[in-house]
Amino acid sequence: MRKVMTGHKAVAEAMRQIEPDVVAVYPITPQSEIAEYYADYVHDGIVHTELVPVESEHSAMSACVGAAAAGARVMTATSSQGLALLVEVLYIAAGMRLPIVMALANRSLSAPINIHCDHSDAYLARDAGAFQVFCESAQEVYDYTLIAQRIAEHDKIRLPGIVNLDGFSLTHTSQVVEPLEDAVAKKFVGVFKPVHPLLDVDKPVTWGPFAMPDYYFELKRAQQAAIEEVPTVFLDVQKAFAKTSGRAYAGFVEKYRLDDADRALVVLGSTAGTAKIAVDALRSKGEKVGLLKVWLYRPFPYQAVASALERVKHVAVLDRAISFGAMGALYSDVATSLVRSQVRPALHNYIYGLGGRDITAEQLAEVLVGLEKVHPDEVLRYIGLRE
Amino acid sequence: MKEIRWHGRGGQGAKTVSQVLAQINLREGKYVQAFPEFGPERSGAPIRAYNRISDEEILVHSAVYSPDLAVIVDESLLTSEKPTDGLHPDGTLVVNTSCSTEEIRTRTGFKGKIVVLDADRIGREAGTGFANIPMLGAVAAVLGTAWSIVEEEVRRTMGERISKEMLDKNITALRAAYDAAKKGVAGG
Repeated sequence: MRKVMTGHKAVAEAMRQIEPDVVAVYPITPQSEIAEYYADYVHDGIVHTELVPVESEHSAMSACVGAAAAGARVMTATSSQGLALLVEVLYIAAGMRLPIVMALANRSLSAPINIHCDHSDAYLARDAGAFQVFCESAQEVYDYTLIAQRIAEHDKIRLPGIVNLDGFSLTHTSQVVEPLEDAVAKKFVGVFKPVHPLLDVDKPVTWGPFAMPDYYFELKRAQQAAIEEVPTVFLDVQKAFAKTSGRAYAGFVEKYRLDDADRALVVLGSTAGTAKIAVDALRSKGEKVGLLKVWLYRPFPYQAVASALERVKHVAVLDRAISFGAMGALYSDVATSLVRSQVRPALHNYIYGLGGRDITAEQLAEVLVGLEKVHPDEVLRYIGLRE
Repeated sequence: MKEIRWHGRGGQGAKTVSQVLAQINLREGKYVQAFPEFGPERSGAPIRAYNRISDEEILVHSAVYSPDLAVIVDESLLTSEKPTDGLHPDGTLVVNTSCSTEEIRTRTGFKGKIVVLDADRIGREAGTGFANIPMLGAVAAVLGTAWSIVEEEVRRTMGERISKEMLDKNITALRAAYDAAKKGVAGG
């Protein structure tokens, strides 16, 4: 049944259906309502979850690590400075191969302090070892929370996963979402089977031991092998979800009117929806433009991005964060994707939407219209900036 | 697609009714968005809330710049907030005021449709003391929504938050405003 709900509520609904054993969370705008909704479910006895109201995000992820190692199904949520504070422990969760799924309500990083959306926090967690998915709408937020849980807990993966949702434009906006029936969602996610749980006292194991130069390298190589399995599992789980839900998800990326496009945008998150409006408007005037939306951000789907873009002539990659002193993080990934292509587009990098600066379909259309005239070089360009 | 901008003050419930309006239009089979102006909210400070209503899936995630409807929940914002900025020339301005349509037209210079109703008085007489529910009734009337759907969704959504007695008073206020706005739409 179609319902109206915010992105917060979409996450909380998926969490209610997943019903983790433990949720450890600390409030931060624009994430807090996820924790509030879930705390209500716990209080009202709707879920049987141990909610741990910790004193910081560092403690939140630490509690998640402890609970996951003990053998629990574990979830959390954070944003911005909270992510920055817990990222130390996120590396540990990944290194210990703990399947903790976390909603990340994307928000800028201080200073100056700002509560609004950009992707600085997601980029900060980029190399932590968690897989990351970006969502365009509250519907995708709901769907990919269920999908992420099943990927994270897959035998071959057992890694933390991050579901990104743009602060405010997704978290605080009521939109139409069609959740699965509880029984269907629960069946899709499946029963969690812990691997070598600490609480299995008959089979004692050691978690998180010291590793000297003689083993650390091999363990990190094994962790890389695990994240390299994500694409295969992602496609399988996504396919299963498409079958269950009837929603047409297929692939690491969504190609929108891209087949015969000579110019295209590449974006993450909710801006993809606004970009579709821009593409439609230009297409109605006969302009051959398209959009590539990236769902799976880590591990990055290099081949899928290359095959989607190599025949396009001009591509603008939009980053919603500055990687200070370097080109944008998404741009660098797209450039890497195309480096071996015989024919490849002229690439451009645009920074937009920092600290919640609005981005409109008209601005995105403007980027596409003039794109063939922009000199391709390693220079950051900016959308909607006063200079 | 119709875009609506609500002007109220923190605590008056403009954001709440923008969300109820989304529920009403979902019931009508529409796609909807409802979102507040993003940022810290303070009681009494001017706030804006927005709706998008469409027959097709709503993809856009940017702010609303040129609404089809501007709704003034607090009359004092009529001058301080420039509520007609960007308002579509063929759009509608819905104002909580005891003034006439002509007076509001003179004060705002707006040439499109103006619907006035004294939502403060309606709320006071119904015993709720709030103008937001009457303004919701007025907007639903302007949008041409059937009364039965409006009543049912307000009962369903507000019923979770307030007592049966207060809910009935709100429905009385809702109905009075709905009827007043219907007349306003026909006349103004």
